Amino acid sequence: MLDKGDEDAMMEIAWIIPLFPLLSFLLLLAAGRVLKEKSAYIGILLTLCSFLFSVLVLWGRIRGDTYKAEADWLNIGEAHIKAGFEVNQLNALMLVIVSLVSFLVHLYSKGYMQREDRLPVFYAYLGLFTFAMLGLVISPNLLQLYIFWELVGLGSFLLIGFYFYKEEAKAAAKKAFIMTRIGDVGLFIGMILLFWKTGSFDFQVIFQEVEGGGITQSMITLTAILIFIGAMGKSGQFPLHTWLPDAMEGPTPVSALIHAATMVAAGVYLVAAMYPLFLASTSAMLIVASIGGLTAIFAASIGLVQRDIKRILAYSTVSQLGYMMLALGTGGYTAGVFHLMTHAFFKALLFLAAGSVIHAVHTQDVEEMGGLWKKLRITGPVFLIGTLAISGVPLFSGFFSKDEILSSAWENGNYVLFGLAVIAAFFTAFYMFRLFFLVFSGRLKKQGVLVHESPRSMTFPMIILAVLAVISGYINTPWFGTFLGSWLTEGNPYLEPEHRSGPVWIMGAATLVSLAGIALAYLIYRRNSISREWLGGEGSFLHTVLYNKYYVDEFYQGTIVWLTGFVSIFLSYIDRFIVEGLVNGIAASIHKLGRLLSRFQTGQTQHYGAIAFLGLAVLVIIFALTGGMFG
Amino acid sequence: MTSIPLSAYLVLALVLFCIGLYGALTKKNTVIVLISIELMLNAVNINLVAFSRLGPSPSITGQIFSLFTIAVAAAEAAVGLAVLMSLYNRKKTVNIDEMNSLKH
Repeated sequence: MLDKGDEDAMMEIAWIIPLFPLLSFLLLLAAGRVLKEKSAYIGILLTLCSFLFSVLVLWGRIRGDTYKAEADWLNIGEAHIKAGFEVNQLNALMLVIVSLVSFLVHLYSKGYMQREDRLPVFYAYLGLFTFAMLGLVISPNLLQLYIFWELVGLGSFLLIGFYFYKEEAKAAAKKAFIMTRIGDVGLFIGMILLFWKTGSFDFQVIFQEVEGGGITQSMITLTAILIFIGAMGKSGQFPLHTWLPDAMEGPTPVSALIHAATMVAAGVYLVAAMYPLFLASTSAMLIVASIGGLTAIFAASIGLVQRDIKRILAYSTVSQLGYMMLALGTGGYTAGVFHLMTHAFFKALLFLAAGSVIHAVHTQDVEEMGGLWKKLRITGPVFLIGTLAISGVPLFSGFFSKDEILSSAWENGNYVLFGLAVIAAFFTAFYMFRLFFLVFSGRLKKQGVLVHESPRSMTFPMIILAVLAVISGYINTPWFGTFLGSWLTEGNPYLEPEHRSGPVWIMGAATLVSLAGIALAYLIYRRNSISREWLGGEGSFLHTVLYNKYYVDEFYQGTIVWLTGFVSIFLSYIDRFIVEGLVNGIAASIHKLGRLLSRFQTGQTQHYGAIAFLGLAVLVIIFALTGGMFG
Repeated sequence: MTSIPLSAYLVLALVLFCIGLYGALTKKNTVIVLISIELMLNAVNINLVAFSRLGPSPSITGQIFSLFTIAVAAAEAAVGLAVLMSLYNRKKTVNIDEMNSLKH
């Protein structure tokens, strides 16, 4: 047994965790050209260090108490803005999730990106992103969080646009940056409002003010909604979700790390970290839950018909993030964080496995794949594990976390949202197994490819994640105790300890719904006993609408983008003709005046002399007329 | 001997100065312009000497000062003519109208 001092010592060094990836970033920036493919080892080694320290910190937090260290950063008048780090339950858990997935993705990329010339750049960007994400989760105040929040956005932008010579990648990177920025503005305004009302960015101070009635109810609701808008942008919630599927233009390991496991979960993390603020406003909670529920079913329905393997997973991610928001909005703090964790594992697994499939067949179109089960002896089973986990099949991690969410929605009494969540669960099981059967059963439709299993550096991370996708659910089950739930809420004055055990039938219903989805997918895509055109084939109205993602992009193009373009053209004309005209007019008239005056400079000395004499004469006349001194 | 009044000297100086000024401002030949400037300087000298002898407080200072002026005028004439010579070598003219390279 360790004594108290050791645990604090463990957490005191938490600040070093983000610095390893930063070091990796700086090293690769400076020496990447020299190191070439050896840069992978630097990235892998340093993120492994981060992971080991994160485990130590988590261990310290389990044994000990919340640790917080900060110092004055800026003193502006009365306001003292601090910088530092904090290790509480949520932060410690996030540290381990982020550093573990980041380490595995670093390892995986070594195999996946081996033929890439710009490998050092790739690892440098990964390092930058990991640094920002780890910094984000240990920030003790909103301002520091906001800085890292923008930095992860930058990392995401750079990595989506990694293949910048592809037009789609360039457009996707810009889209991701701009769409998340819309959300960031909300977060920024919310943050400033909170600072204005409480005089502090610190989470604890804000929560005390909220609880002590220092802020009016409407202001609480407003700030909570504004902060949620920030979370919506990052977490791809409807209507700011359109960037996330497009972000799949980036390399697949990036999709696994940033757009499945970590950065997109930052929105969920933000809501969880600011949870007491949300709890203080029922309308904000309702909005969080509604947006989450809507996103869950909306994205899941789009996922039903997509053809690109990564896009299916992307819509699945959006849908699962909606689930997490739904959980948080209905008061299921543990459920949301729990699902965040299990999702990070199984979705990272699915993306890495999808990357391995793409690596093998060199296409992303699921209709061109098939029959890979026998050829990919490792990828196939781990993909199946991930699919079972996300579908919520009993005994896999997704089952427990999804059950928690459904129970929390049911207990909240919001039966519409509960119904949406159940249907979304059905959709999820269906589209995931549609994907699975299309890729792994039948026979390969694309001709002329030599299918081979991926190298060990790629399969090893997948195996680790597959193990986690199975066992990570057991830390919070209704059967063996809710360790995670009681630990997360312990010592937190704003959260009552949860011992949620929703009606037993929910678990049964959830299982049934998942199995029904799987069975339907099996009948349609494996046995072909139900025609694919059963509900509407290609070309039918339903299929077209879903395949085109409800035309949200087109809608934005036709309204906001068009309007912005119109206004910009209008303003550019104002600039060109009125503002620029004014400036140029003044410049031109001064120039003309100058030319006019320069006529007097004839170069004739006699003219100068005559004018000087004339001036003297005038002066003398004035002198004479005024009779002495002037005035 | 002292029957010539101060105003006569002053009028003489004025006439000389005006002739000089007119010549300096209107003549085309640079040599004439330089001579005109000498006339103006000498008009000043007459003033100085007249005031030193017949002014309200007669003193030798005016005459000394006029000596200085004569010396400076001699130097000026020497430098001016030297400049004019080199200008003539360059431009093959002493017409002051053509010496206008300082204009805009």
